[in-house]
Amino acid sequence: MENILTQTLVYLGAAVVSVPIAKRLGLGSVLGYLIAGVLIGPFALSLVGDQADVMKFAEFGVVILLFLIGLEVQPSTLWDMRKAIFGLGGAQVVGTALTIAAAALAFGLPWQTALAVGLVLAMSSTAIVLQTLDEKGLRQGPVGRAAFGVLLLQDLAVIPLFALLPLLAISAPQHAAEAGGHGGSLVATLPVWAQTLSVLAAVAAVVGGGRYLVRPLFRFIAKARLREIFTASALLIVVAVASLMQTVGLSPALGAFLAGVVLAESEFRRELETDIEPFRGLLLGLFFMTVGAGVDLPLVARQPLTLVGLVLGLMVLKFLVMYGIARLFGAPKRGALAVATALAQGGEFAFVLLTFTVGAGVIGAQLAALLTAAIAVSMALTPVAMILYERVAALMDAAIPDVTPDTGDFDEGEPDIIIAGFGRFGQITGRLLAANGFKSTVLDSDIEQIELLRRFGRRVHYGDATRLDLLRQAGADRARMLIVALDDREKTVELVETARKAFPDLTILARAWDRRHAYDLLSNGADAVERETFESALALGSTALQKLGFRAHRAHRAAAFFRRHDRRMFEELRPMWGQEEAYMLASRDAAQTMDRLLNADLHRMRPGDAGGAWDTASLDEELRERAQQEGAD
Amino acid sequence: MTNASTGQMTPATSGVLLVLAHPALERSRANRALAKAAKGLSGVTFKDLYETYPDFVIDIETEQAALTAHDVVALQFPLYWYSTPALMKEWLDLVWLHGFAYGEGGEALKGKKMFVACTTGASAKAYHAHGYNRFSMDEFLRPLEQTAHLCGMEWATPFVVHGAAVKDDAALKAEAERYRARVASLLPAKTEA
Repeated sequence: MENILTQTLVYLGAAVVSVPIAKRLGLGSVLGYLIAGVLIGPFALSLVGDQADVMKFAEFGVVILLFLIGLEVQPSTLWDMRKAIFGLGGAQVVGTALTIAAAALAFGLPWQTALAVGLVLAMSSTAIVLQTLDEKGLRQGPVGRAAFGVLLLQDLAVIPLFALLPLLAISAPQHAAEAGGHGGSLVATLPVWAQTLSVLAAVAAVVGGGRYLVRPLFRFIAKARLREIFTASALLIVVAVASLMQTVGLSPALGAFLAGVVLAESEFRRELETDIEPFRGLLLGLFFMTVGAGVDLPLVARQPLTLVGLVLGLMVLKFLVMYGIARLFGAPKRGALAVATALAQGGEFAFVLLTFTVGAGVIGAQLAALLTAAIAVSMALTPVAMILYERVAALMDAAIPDVTPDTGDFDEGEPDIIIAGFGRFGQITGRLLAANGFKSTVLDSDIEQIELLRRFGRRVHYGDATRLDLLRQAGADRARMLIVALDDREKTVELVETARKAFPDLTILARAWDRRHAYDLLSNGADAVERETFESALALGSTALQKLGFRAHRAHRAAAFFRRHDRRMFEELRPMWGQEEAYMLASRDAAQTMDRLLNADLHRMRPGDAGGAWDTASLDEELRERAQQEGAD
Repeated sequence: MTNASTGQMTPATSGVLLVLAHPALERSRANRALAKAAKGLSGVTFKDLYETYPDFVIDIETEQAALTAHDVVALQFPLYWYSTPALMKEWLDLVWLHGFAYGEGGEALKGKKMFVACTTGASAKAYHAHGYNRFSMDEFLRPLEQTAHLCGMEWATPFVVHGAAVKDDAALKAEAERYRARVASLLPAKTEA
């Protein structure tokens, strides 16, 4: 085996060189990875040898991808999307599998193989589709919703497929124990009932563990405030679940998906997503590179026409079936076109299933190699197909000027407001906003506080809001407003500054400690600030005045009067802030002016300030004079 | 925020709801004297609007319930620019709603009595075709009279104290006694039993 450093060097080097180039050319990062893989593969430059052990590692990218998808799938979301998942998704898998199987039959394959090929090719690439839709900004719309539903069902369908495909065997299994790279199943030698039992036990362990073990663990770690340990424990969860699933012979990716779903409701969801995300990108990239490296170039070179035919047949059939189903389900033409184009490729699970079917003796190795190449090419062509779709869509728009655009109705995850810090201050603001129908995403890093709030049924995410990536995850680039209510003075300034730089259009409101802090925040980009104790102190002052014998309305007015003058003073002194001496003088002066004004109000209401309208002294005098005159008449 | 000192009594099932609006009652001799005289009567529920709603945020349901629970609605206020003070207007605008006080289904006040008690700065002479206010008090109170009419209420003869600012203590005391007797006469006969 070659030096592991050399291998790493080759893979990373290839990625760093080819991915930016591919992106610059508008081909998307997935294609970049695939091309890099082909180039370094044994059939081209041959920089890497047998990529089998790298493949095992790389498949972990798929596992993490499914974990992240699971995190996004809250049970409530699942229920909301049941039509897209089970209706659209089910129809796509069955429809595509049968259509492709029929085509394969027509080419003379035995029916078992034909059916297996159909089922394998029905899978689309979750990684590519989601990434492509994200890049095109289609993810949150009806198109993204439909595609996500279909992909989810496909990913779920992999479980029964592992059980069903061996039944289609036409030749003796080659090495069943090593089925589909999922070898090492410790339970394979057990009787069937024990296998079933262990599978059930494993699933129960994931669900129960996620609920009762992992969350306390995260809480414990969060309290320690060690960011890298949090990341490590997140990875640990994924690895542990994956290996547990492998042990009982289930797909590690599906185990990870399940773990994700279990954790989707937890307060750590955002932080987990943010922490795992970079690993997903890199490992998926590695996965695509190994697929690229696995493309048997000599075989393809010998049968170029067959490959072209396979790719075109695969994509056209998948496109037609998906388009028809989407239309049947009531999608508009453009939406159906987009979904069908997006899903018209083979998926990463197809690779896994192919290896598995070869092992189970369902599909021959030659055919599998050809299909692998075809799937890889179809994946590579997806960005190209999407560009084509955009051309066609533009033409459709031109032809029908009043075509209804895709307005995203899938916006449950889109917050209007992000609230950073949900302590005593943030909660009140948050409640006021929620009571008025605004959706907010709340971030807080005090784990005890979160636990308490969760008990009251509030949805709060764990996370350090000063992290830009986490802010982005929370939707800061789409939200209308960021409210900063952190307890920490310095962190508040830091967050305002970071957010202002990263999201120039975001309205930022911040809670200030005192006047100086308020000036600090304003000069760092806050749109508005509120001194945290100002309003409540005024309210208490007003109550004090009442208890001292003022009538309620008068006390209220006194507080309002004070507020107006203080705010005026705040603005007037702002330019002086920073020049210690001048600020001191000016502020003393302003305070004296205010005392004078308030005293004047106390003794005799001044016209135009507070209640001059009810100052009847001058009027009384005039009336008295008039009464005397009248009496004299 | 309501305060214990607002003088609101437990809602009666009948009697007079006396609603006072004066933004600076602490400076008003006349209205204070009048209110003091009337609010001691049994069967009178006293409500001081500026004390109850210093921030002008009126609780509509509470106010409507109070109106429903009384036979007589008495409005006491100083005449400001030939009308009620702002908060009393706000109270009318927000509480006497369509569907409650008037219009389709708005019969909550039907058959009740509306009584207006009003103080003015100027003398009675000023409220005359030849006085400097050019119109009579009856004319200035027309908007309220029509409000009562629209709500199916009976319009009682208003109680007006002219020249409130220039009256001496003895004169004010006499007015207060007169006011007390007038409010008592509005109470339903059953209080005699």
